Amino acid sequence: MDSMQLFTRQTKAISTARRSLLIIESIPGIQFSEIVDVELGTGEVRSGQVIEVGKGTTVVQVFGGVSEVDLLDSKVRYKGETLKLPLSPDILGRIFDGSGKPIDGGPPIISQKYQDINGVPANPASRMPPAEFIETGISAIDGLNVLVRGQKLPIFSGSGLPHNKIAAQIIRQASLKGKSDDFAIVFGAIGVSYDDAAYFINNLEETGALSRAVGFINTASSPVIERLSTPRLALTAAEYLAWEMDMHVLVILTDITNYADALRELAAMRGEIPSRRGYPGYMYTDLASLYERAGRISGREGSVTILPILTMPDDDITHPIPDLTGYITEGQIVLSRPLDRKRIYPPIDVFLSLSRMMKEGIGEGKTREDHNNVFMQSYAMYAEGNYLREITTVIGSEALTDRDKVYLEAADRFERDFIAQAEHSRRTVEDTLSVAWDIFSMLPEEDLKLINEKYIKKYLPEPSKSE
Amino acid sequence: MGKIWRISGPVIIAEDMRGSQVYEVVEIGDERLNGEIIGLEQDKAVIQVYEDTVGLTVGEKVTRTGEILMAELGPGLVGNIYDGVQRSLVTMKDEVGDFLHRGVRTHALDREKKWRFMPGVKAGTRVEGGDIIGTVQETGLIEHRIMVPPGMSGVIDSIEEGDYTVEETVAMLESNGKTRPLTLMQRWPARKPRPYKRRFDPVDLLVTGTRIIDYLFPLALGGKAAIPGGFGTGKTVNLQQMARWSQTQLNIYVGCGERGNEMADVLHSFKELKDPGSGRYLQEKEIFIANTSNMPVVAREISIFIGITMAEYYRDMGYDILLVADSTSRWAEAMREIGARLEETPGEEGFPTYLGSRLSAFYERSGKVECLGSPDRVGSATVIGAVSPPGADFSEPVTQNTLRIVDALYSLDVALANRRHFPTINWLQSYSKYADSVDTWWEKVSPDYTEVRNQALITLQKEAELEEIVRLVGPEALPENDKLLLLISRMIREDFLMQSAYHPVDTYSDPKRSHLMLSIIMKFNDFARGMAETGMMVSEISASRIKQRISRMKDVPDNEIDQYIDSIRQDMAGGAASLEQGGV
Ligand SMILES: Nc1ncnc2c1ncn2[C@@H]1O[C@H](COP(=O)(O)OP(=O)(O)OP(=O)(O)O)[C@@H](O)[C@H]1O
Ligand SMILES: [Mg+2]
Repeated sequence: MDSMQLFTRQTKAISTARRSLLIIESIPGIQFSEIVDVELGTGEVRSGQVIEVGKGTTVVQVFGGVSEVDLLDSKVRYKGETLKLPLSPDILGRIFDGSGKPIDGGPPIISQKYQDINGVPANPASRMPPAEFIETGISAIDGLNVLVRGQKLPIFSGSGLPHNKIAAQIIRQASLKGKSDDFAIVFGAIGVSYDDAAYFINNLEETGALSRAVGFINTASSPVIERLSTPRLALTAAEYLAWEMDMHVLVILTDITNYADALRELAAMRGEIPSRRGYPGYMYTDLASLYERAGRISGREGSVTILPILTMPDDDITHPIPDLTGYITEGQIVLSRPLDRKRIYPPIDVFLSLSRMMKEGIGEGKTREDHNNVFMQSYAMYAEGNYLREITTVIGSEALTDRDKVYLEAADRFERDFIAQAEHSRRTVEDTLSVAWDIFSMLPEEDLKLINEKYIKKYLPEPSKSE
Repeated sequence: MGKIWRISGPVIIAEDMRGSQVYEVVEIGDERLNGEIIGLEQDKAVIQVYEDTVGLTVGEKVTRTGEILMAELGPGLVGNIYDGVQRSLVTMKDEVGDFLHRGVRTHALDREKKWRFMPGVKAGTRVEGGDIIGTVQETGLIEHRIMVPPGMSGVIDSIEEGDYTVEETVAMLESNGKTRPLTLMQRWPARKPRPYKRRFDPVDLLVTGTRIIDYLFPLALGGKAAIPGGFGTGKTVNLQQMARWSQTQLNIYVGCGERGNEMADVLHSFKELKDPGSGRYLQEKEIFIANTSNMPVVAREISIFIGITMAEYYRDMGYDILLVADSTSRWAEAMREIGARLEETPGEEGFPTYLGSRLSAFYERSGKVECLGSPDRVGSATVIGAVSPPGADFSEPVTQNTLRIVDALYSLDVALANRRHFPTINWLQSYSKYADSVDTWWEKVSPDYTEVRNQALITLQKEAELEEIVRLVGPEALPENDKLLLLISRMIREDFLMQSAYHPVDTYSDPKRSHLMLSIIMKFNDFARGMAETGMMVSEISASRIKQRISRMKDVPDNEIDQYIDSIRQDMAGGAASLEQGGV
């Protein structure tokens, strides 16, 4: 029966090969979206997928293109399934490629459990609103753009900006907090250089986090189609760890820009009508099918938190990749080139960054009672200082009042002492808040309008200390 | 019975489908996936499938149901959560677990639950479509009025108080010698507007509790509005605020192609928050449709129509209903995706050429109407749709087509969001055509409404004109009267327009409170002008205690606000003395 099955599920009747598509005479039983192997006359095997099937003809997209396909000798074998990933606790500590094969020299994963990498949407009625603080040890995040479990919060970066360093710092530091046994990192590298991939893996090794991590690596030189499967493999592993092994999983996906470009490339090869800047019209939905796999489910212990990283082409936040991402994620951490030029690390743009889930994750019992007040006052202070900076570039500094000068100085200190920190410094949320309080002590006390007097009494350092 | 002939993403073509009709519902394959016929040609039917089509094969059976897509209407809708094709997500959670596997079927309304039916008419009464024959207390807040379905009429043969499921007969209706059962539930084709007697102009304010909307760009009961804005500008928060605090009897929240976590947040918070008027949980006056961005795309298209059909149904009972849809752009994108599979000639940016007419088919179902049937009653359905323009560029087709239809626009501004000025409704670009018709309503709250509103709008307009100069010379170089104008406009922005959704007191501002707040700022304007004439510097006025007290008014609870504003007023009556005494 099996060999019979194999026999009938194979055909040579290819009628057209154009761009990346094959048009093939249909045989019975072809499933929409199933995976195929295309065997060339040379014996080379490429994989493909059924993208349309009809009674007369079937359309298959060949990943890797149709060059050298000939209409006489090439064969198409239907595999009868979509891409699946074997899952077991043994995936922890392992590294795979973008098709799910181990590339760390270890044995294949043996499991009865094969999961479709596209996942199944969570019932909105089963979801729990994310609310638990994740301490990253980075002040600009923990103080002003708090990340919570189950959130999806991207880093919008630009080429040459230190997004990888920041991500590595988060991986190092976030995994230290809390019970380490229920924490896991899943890392999906999409179309990145060997160096970048190696950087992350070494980082995981050095901190000993590798045993609690799973990596899926698609380098720039590996097949483009695997840019699409890499994040899905990563998220399938993450969901398994979260929903079945009760772990809190942090998923890092980098670089989503390579993902979107692969999506565009494959859509163009299918001859689809493009939308903005050549990206397919369904890119919002496609990206959502990744990002929406973050969350919490009521009655289950684990969580999936996603930190996608993308480089904005031309630093343009309205480009479809950051734009559609921003429409799906719960805020964004935006990196700033001007801050980077000033050698501020991490160069996080406080005005453009926002965590939409922050208010759920902070306050008494979660971080500290004064957190929200400190956040609002810091923001207002920095905004005012920044506004004055802009004004002085136009009208000079003569017109500034003494109060104005204090604010200018406060903005500088805010960048130097609060936003900036060493790559290996891990600040607790208390440390972060006290840096802010130190800077507040420069301001006239009556200016601290956004802070409850109770907290001013409790946390504002004595003037003598700050002078 | 037909068979699958071709599969292309969410669209399939079936053969042997002769005799079917457009919009007829079909069931596909052994899993009986739901689909809807969207086109016919000879014996072939083009079908959009409401679930994932992966794994389907050519030749699988396609079964016609003979029905077009119906919404189920009856007690049990309120408080429930539906997906785009009106499957109860609560039931699915209980029956199939936390993940939405395809092919699951559930009824919209619970078939087991018994409802207490209280007849409102006696046997022997002649009734027709829309007549109320009795009531069911659906929740603590909603009395569900059981109506004769539109198009039916006759004499009530029997009717009895009792506990009934939605399918059991509560009354028999006799006409032309035939008797037909009436139940608590009726069904209505989702794409078809429900009938009413006549339409009224929307003239009554829909109180949303958001100051900039209620006071500057008011929405009327039965009106239609759009709220476009880039990502993170506050569309969802604004719509949630309206669904929370609007002074309507029932709200319908349609989450269409948006976030799961957001839906979870809405669902949880509405279980905990209380309606300001009645003190009962908001959940008792809310219906949710949650069709998140990772759920099947095709279902987004119908979800909006399911929602508006429910809105009309409750409107027909004589209630004021608000429907908010977040986001109509995702809905339009679903149409674009289906269109692309049909190889239709696309219109602008790939959207189908019928985008505009489909948008109006939705928005035009809003309105204030005299309902069908007796007793005489008036109901309204108000519609607000979020629009998510790519790159926050409003020239794109969905925004532009929407602007041609709606009568109020709340234009959200990315620059304001970056400054954390919330709500980010831009006061120079937003408008409401209802402003002129609801002023009679407002003048009952206060006769000087129109004057105060105009003054405020003019001040903001002048500020915008000055901005250019300020950028060039800095604010210090301006003459005193311009500085004063900037002070007042800043107060309008910060002390009146800014309103945090998360502030325990300020999250909801009733019309009277809103009026007190803006009118005291405009009073302060007069007062400050007087002071400036006596030679006082604007910087001194700005540092005065009176001004600071105005900035604190947002924190003052509703039951103290009268007194608070009154005391500021009295201080100002004290003239310059009061300023000095307050201390600079
Ligand atoms: N009225 C408000 N009060 C306080 N904060 C607000 C208000 N409106 C918006 N915000 C802030 O802005 C953030 C983004 O708002 P929201 O989620 O409504 O944006 P959106 O326009 O729906 O974005 P998207 O298109 O991505 O869904 C919120 O998380 C909140 O922090
Ligand atoms: Mg939103």
